[in-house]
Amino acid sequence: MTGTAAKQHFALFARHPHLAYLDNAASTQTPQAVVGAMASYYTGYRANIHRGVYELSALATGRYENARGALARFINASADEIIFTSGTTAGLNWLALRLTQKFTSRDNVVLTRLEHHANLVPWQQAAKERGFSLRFVELTPGYEIDLASARTLIDENTKVVGFALVSNTLGTISPARELIALAHERGALTIVDAAQAAAHLPLDVRDLEADFVAFSGHKMYGPTGSGVLFGRREHLRRLEPLFYGGEMVSHVTYETAEWAGIPERFEAGTPAIAEAIGLGAAAEFITGLDLAAIRAHETRLTEYALEKVGKEVKIIGPADISRRTGVVSFVIKGAHPHDIADILDKHGVAVRAGHHCTMPLMRYLGLTGATRASLGVYSTAEDIDRLVEGVRYAKKVLCA
Amino acid sequence: MRLELPHSEIEAVYKEMILELFRHPLNKKIPKRYDVKRRGLNPSCGDEIEVMIAWEEGKLSDIGHQGQGCAISQAAASLITDYVKGKTATEILSITNTDMINMLGIPVSYTRIKCALLCLSTIQDALT
Repeated sequence: MTGTAAKQHFALFARHPHLAYLDNAASTQTPQAVVGAMASYYTGYRANIHRGVYELSALATGRYENARGALARFINASADEIIFTSGTTAGLNWLALRLTQKFTSRDNVVLTRLEHHANLVPWQQAAKERGFSLRFVELTPGYEIDLASARTLIDENTKVVGFALVSNTLGTISPARELIALAHERGALTIVDAAQAAAHLPLDVRDLEADFVAFSGHKMYGPTGSGVLFGRREHLRRLEPLFYGGEMVSHVTYETAEWAGIPERFEAGTPAIAEAIGLGAAAEFITGLDLAAIRAHETRLTEYALEKVGKEVKIIGPADISRRTGVVSFVIKGAHPHDIADILDKHGVAVRAGHHCTMPLMRYLGLTGATRASLGVYSTAEDIDRLVEGVRYAKKVLCA
Repeated sequence: MRLELPHSEIEAVYKEMILELFRHPLNKKIPKRYDVKRRGLNPSCGDEIEVMIAWEEGKLSDIGHQGQGCAISQAAASLITDYVKGKTATEILSITNTDMINMLGIPVSYTRIKCALLCLSTIQDALT
């Protein structure tokens, strides 16, 4: 169930029937199943988790842990490898702080030119503090990850290789298997920023052999303020928590503390319970629609968008449909992305404009910004037609 | 719904005067001689502006700006750089955000306020 049929799951589209919502890379809409799951916590069994002996608390704990199980199934992990976070940013910051503690000036961390600020700035700051160096895998002229560059950069001093599975600006799908294999050959850990992949591509962390994978709830039809950090069990067992407090300890004296098992030791304090339950419902919602069908639908529409919009604008992203998702960024000579997005908004088309939290990538590509249309499961050909019509009008106004 | 009131809202913002200043911005130059240069950044879109100011006898005698920007920011930069000519630093620092938006004479939405004010705030920044 995709396109118009999928729209029925989202109350927002009943209220805004003419809206072409094409900003799914920023945030997706929330289906009734997710809203309902969160509401039922608040109205049916609200209590703190892992604490009360009374029935409500046990019920809330059960639903929270069920959600963890749903996320584990969603990416083919074990439940104890799923840490609930506030989003991708939180997971990546934690890794950048904790993994690099013993890094020295001999060590290096390899990222790519297309990283979102969330997978760049935390490493940059850790590098400044600890003296290790950062390296960036170059892109090909076709906006893809240059594996030859990765081969020269990843060496025996590389401790971490981190990359976006899908670029939030270009839509590029990274050659994850190859990058992970290169990293593992050199004994480096791998971190996958899957924020732009979770709702669009089937994700199997075992098959991928990734060490860590981070993603956000609100980009996969789940609530804001929710997310997951997956870590392989053997890594999580030897990593220090980031926060200390209630629920993450097994034994505490005035002088010392021992940590609880994984993943509890990484979830200090009362978590975002409703959001975790909502995220579990979102994972089930996506599985129910079938990720392979979602991918097929979005690929068809992306092809349509590239063909139609491509006649009007310059597309900034891969041409090969199998190597990209439905993140379609573009520029129009003589028109500023902000003006284009403003005019599109007044046409009932919601897109993003600017640097998309990838300022260095923009500079690398010689751009100051771009306009980005990004697809979701409910996107339709009519949405694209409206985009094209809006782009034509924007050109008429701005480039006359 | 927005779609049913087609182009009136667009025309309210993208008036001919704004578009004219976007296509042919005023004072978009590097003055032959200047005393102060200051860079301003709009972090929401990544746009950068650079203003160069020359003083003569306590008054702003010449001003130029460089950089890329949207129609609103370019129109605002054109208008404000013309407006400050011949004014003292005190007079320029007393120009308010509302003055700037009134000068543009278009409805400026929340997300575009930074575009409208970037040049003014950069000029004022250069004076402090």
